[in-house]
Amino acid sequence: MSTKEKTGWIIGGVLIALYCLAPIAWIVSLSFKAPADLANAQFLPTTPSSENYATIFTGAGADLFLPALRNSFGICLIATFISCVLAMFAAYAIARLEFPGKKFILGTALAVAIFPVISIVTPLFNLWRNIGLYDTWPGLIIPYLSLTLPLSIWTMSAFFREIPWEMEQAAQVDGATTWQAFRKVIVPLAAPGVFTTAIIAFFIAWNDFVYGISLTSTSASRPVPAALGLFSGASQFEDPTGAIAAAAVIVTIPVVVLVLVFQRRIVAGLTNGAVKG
Amino acid sequence: MSTTTLPPAGKRTEPVSAPDRHTSDRAKAERKLGWLLAGPALAVMLLVTAYPIAQAFYDSLFDYRLTDPENRSFTGLNNYLVILTDSLWWTAVGVTALITVITVAVELVLGFALALVMNKALQAIRPVLRAAILIPYAVITVVSAFAWQFAFDINTGFVNSWFAWLPGVSPTTDWFGDFGTSLFVICLAEIWKTTPFISLLLLAGLAQVPEVLQEAAQVDGATWWQRMRRVTLPNMKAAIMVALLFRTLDAFRVFDSIFIMTAGANGTESVSFLAYRQTISRLEIGLGSAVSVLLFLFVVLIAFLFIKGFKVDLAQARGER
Repeated sequence: MSTKEKTGWIIGGVLIALYCLAPIAWIVSLSFKAPADLANAQFLPTTPSSENYATIFTGAGADLFLPALRNSFGICLIATFISCVLAMFAAYAIARLEFPGKKFILGTALAVAIFPVISIVTPLFNLWRNIGLYDTWPGLIIPYLSLTLPLSIWTMSAFFREIPWEMEQAAQVDGATTWQAFRKVIVPLAAPGVFTTAIIAFFIAWNDFVYGISLTSTSASRPVPAALGLFSGASQFEDPTGAIAAAAVIVTIPVVVLVLVFQRRIVAGLTNGAVKG
Repeated sequence: MSTTTLPPAGKRTEPVSAPDRHTSDRAKAERKLGWLLAGPALAVMLLVTAYPIAQAFYDSLFDYRLTDPENRSFTGLNNYLVILTDSLWWTAVGVTALITVITVAVELVLGFALALVMNKALQAIRPVLRAAILIPYAVITVVSAFAWQFAFDINTGFVNSWFAWLPGVSPTTDWFGDFGTSLFVICLAEIWKTTPFISLLLLAGLAQVPEVLQEAAQVDGATWWQRMRRVTLPNMKAAIMVALLFRTLDAFRVFDSIFIMTAGANGTESVSFLAYRQTISRLEIGLGSAVSVLLFLFVVLIAFLFIKGFKVDLAQARGER
């Protein structure tokens, strides 16, 4: 590659990074603007202030934000866990066993993945009210499975298909018991796939807004995105912009950390499931 | 090995001599285990989607307002008639289709450009780029919607002052004041958030284009554009179709950004938003369910059209190889 070409690609790379990060930089910058500074019509705050963070953690916004943060973490982690366990068994069967219905299961997963979420909300809204699941954790965890489970099955079976399963028998030939072969050989090989799937499933659950806003009404179960959507509606005398920006930064931190630490795996998980599946 | 003649590569010549009864027993056991393991996941998936959509269809046949449960009455397909003759519905369909077409088209071009740069990027900066590109994907849609809304907002934004030199932009431009500009910002936010996903799928597709073909074309004196059109694109048709299918269906469900940015003002209501408003805000379970069912049918139709076209393409791709 010539120097000229190299600089070209580097400029391209810088542009991509700018494109990806500018809106995040903006919301971070906005979160440090004091209420009086919000309308300064500039990207950066005149003088950085942590007032907005005080609002959402200890001030007027805390009642709305902190329970929502707890709900989001709890509900998303449980939904991720359940769908990963279910998907693990299903993906094992799909990758290793010969049985009719394999295609049907993958097809169903695909159909569920493209299902319009709002079409599920309408009936659930009514049903949940009747059976007392409205505005509860299980009332969100169950529909979240419609988001996380198909993706988990799809991604995990793509990962499991690439595991050299013969190694299990090889270990048994070498004298390992079935359990040992499973624990010492298969688990380490399968763990990265399961783990990656869990991260992607968590992203999907964490991102949900439709269920969160439709199936909850109080801070008993309302997750962060829904709470953010309602910040603006709350009758506050102050412009909620700063508080929303601060809360937005807080909920973005976990996903950014996951991305930075596990980027290679996430990319493999996203593309494996879709292209090779 | 030395005493037997080698069978032609890739062809299985050894006779299938396994005892029949045993294999069928084994196959039976395997089938049972397969369903035992995969069954629960399948059951849960059907429970959280097939059941609700069936319920939605049932509910859609009734004139049913949650605040007035006494007067629930069977009306057959009347709700559908009401919706399909209402301009609100057709506006929502139009807006949804417009957003889908604009965002998917831009994302495909932009995503392809990103994938090309990532593909060629120097080894040293590739991890940085990969991390950067995953960030819009991982950020919550609501957060992205707020970021873009605040940037364009007349009070808190910086776009008006930064881009005042552009014709039509001034410090008093109200982006959320009318249909066109609102839609523009909504599309921008959607494009920003979802282009990375497309570009990652396309990058995976690019990686599957055989390097030899590229080199051969180059040796034969093909220009960059010719190589792109004749070698690269045909070889990644499958990846492009998958990306298109997923994104089109995803875009058709657009809800979050509209809710945050305009709440459907200025005619920016999408089909999902219409269903939400009927059910959750107006508590018109019957009408809301009917909208949901119609949206579902739309998505099925799009998927069907895609997959039908997709299958043909897959066969072609296989034939070429």
